Amino acid sequence: MTTDSLVPTPGVEKPASKPWAAQQYTASVAPKKHSFDKVLPFMGPVLLLLVWDLSVRFGLVKAILLPPPIDTVLALLSGLAGGPLLTDFGVTLWRTVQAFLIASAIGVPLGIVLGSNEKAYRSVEFLIDFFRSTPSSALIPLFMMIFGISDINKVAIAAFGAFLIVVFNSAYGVMNARKQRVMAAKVMGATRWHVFKDVLVWESLQPTFVGLRSAVSMALVIVIVAEMFIGADSGLGNRIINAQQVMRVIDMYAAILSAGVMGYALNVLFLISEKKIVHWSGR
Amino acid sequence: MTEVLNAAVFAEVPMPPFQPGPAGTHITIRSLTKYFAGWPLYEDFNLDIPKNKIVSVFGPNGCGKSTLINMIAGLVPIDSGQILFDGKSLKDTKIGYVFQNYREALFPWMRTIDNIAYPLKLEGKSKAEVDRRMAELVASFDVKFDLKRYPYELSGGQQQTASIMRALAPKPEVLFLDEPFSALDFEMTLFIREKLQEVFMQTSTTMLLVSHDLEEAVYLADQVLLLTKRPTTVAEILDYKDARPRTVETLSEASFISTKKRSLEIFQREVRR
Repeated sequence: MTTDSLVPTPGVEKPASKPWAAQQYTASVAPKKHSFDKVLPFMGPVLLLLVWDLSVRFGLVKAILLPPPIDTVLALLSGLAGGPLLTDFGVTLWRTVQAFLIASAIGVPLGIVLGSNEKAYRSVEFLIDFFRSTPSSALIPLFMMIFGISDINKVAIAAFGAFLIVVFNSAYGVMNARKQRVMAAKVMGATRWHVFKDVLVWESLQPTFVGLRSAVSMALVIVIVAEMFIGADSGLGNRIINAQQVMRVIDMYAAILSAGVMGYALNVLFLISEKKIVHWSGR
Repeated sequence: MTEVLNAAVFAEVPMPPFQPGPAGTHITIRSLTKYFAGWPLYEDFNLDIPKNKIVSVFGPNGCGKSTLINMIAGLVPIDSGQILFDGKSLKDTKIGYVFQNYREALFPWMRTIDNIAYPLKLEGKSKAEVDRRMAELVASFDVKFDLKRYPYELSGGQQQTASIMRALAPKPEVLFLDEPFSALDFEMTLFIREKLQEVFMQTSTTMLLVSHDLEEAVYLADQVLLLTKRPTTVAEILDYKDARPRTVETLSEASFISTKKRSLEIFQREVRR
């Protein structure tokens, strides 16, 4: 109960400059972790590679469909180290980032405004839900008619799909703001504007981050699909489909894995920045 | 056809003439009516709350103790009636409010010190003024924890202390406390109870305290307001005049015991009614 005591005990009070860490208490009490625990996260991937390698080695899968894992990983590494794979990786990443930036620049403010005006949200709720439920890839032909077969097209359709997710999450974040925090601000004499900028916007941050994280994944999915089917000459989607058509399987698997690397890295990046920015989340 | 057919019929119900409370009254509640889901919770309810006193509100479950102070504080709308503070309306009155659930009352995105200073910033006070008031509060609360931390880094008792400091920062005319100790452990309850008494002795701010602990309600109170079951009326108002600071010894004083006993009798009578 040392943390609960308001009476200062020398040594318990930590200097203000030092970040707070509850782990300091638990570390000494918690049972010592087996070093084995640290290996656990790698078990799955190692197992997968093993199964993959063995199935190729014993000819369970035709070599034309599945190259040996070593060759694939080597192709991935050398490709990302500066080969043509890196160029396509960069192009896809840039398109995804563009789509994401457009989606969030419009989606977050719009979602927050809609969320703080429930009548406004109710009147567009059906549209948002309908198009959110429509697979964005189904809209690709429509976007081809509007934007032509261009780079803008791929970014636009990805931005559209991502935008709906962002609006939805930000709006609900505001609508589900803790009522008591709003009341606390009101009782202190906060105007509607102050309640909005000092409470609602902050309350919506965590759901907004959930939205942004799903949105960037959605943007990546749509960009890859668009690159496959909207006459592209660059990007991972284009690379995968080209490699498949000429049966360069190693190249194809390397491109697929690099798309996975990108999606995973973006996800982790958002989780880390959410933890940094929405530092109070879950506490 | 300029004549209006079927003009609205007004029943001329004159507002009853306003009756001010006795000398030393702070808050006057006149013909307050509040319905909940078609049932009357308060009907033609009248009450005078004295100035510079602590009034504890106590009553059966569901009689609307919290609703009463929330209506006075403007957090719950009233159906009809009038609530005045020294003759002024709520919007001309500075109030402070302490919630039971401190976790959802403080703003976790602000450091504790900024939380406490927030009502002052809303008032548009300069940084120097805010700093001066903060120093005053820290001194009078004898704060021993680091206010630069975020609320979630503090213990429950520390967070509730910060909530009370925030409520008192703008020097409110009335402080509302809705079961401020219910979410705290015993040690913290004792500590904050004493702090509250100290602050009251320094500032004699009018306080309205909702409590579900009779001992605590009497211990802190100058007046114990006992309510009936709904539709809620005043069952009785008991004065409790023991000198402050009240201490552990107070709990065994004859006057304390008799006030507590009397409160309990009234409470039981109302619950069984």
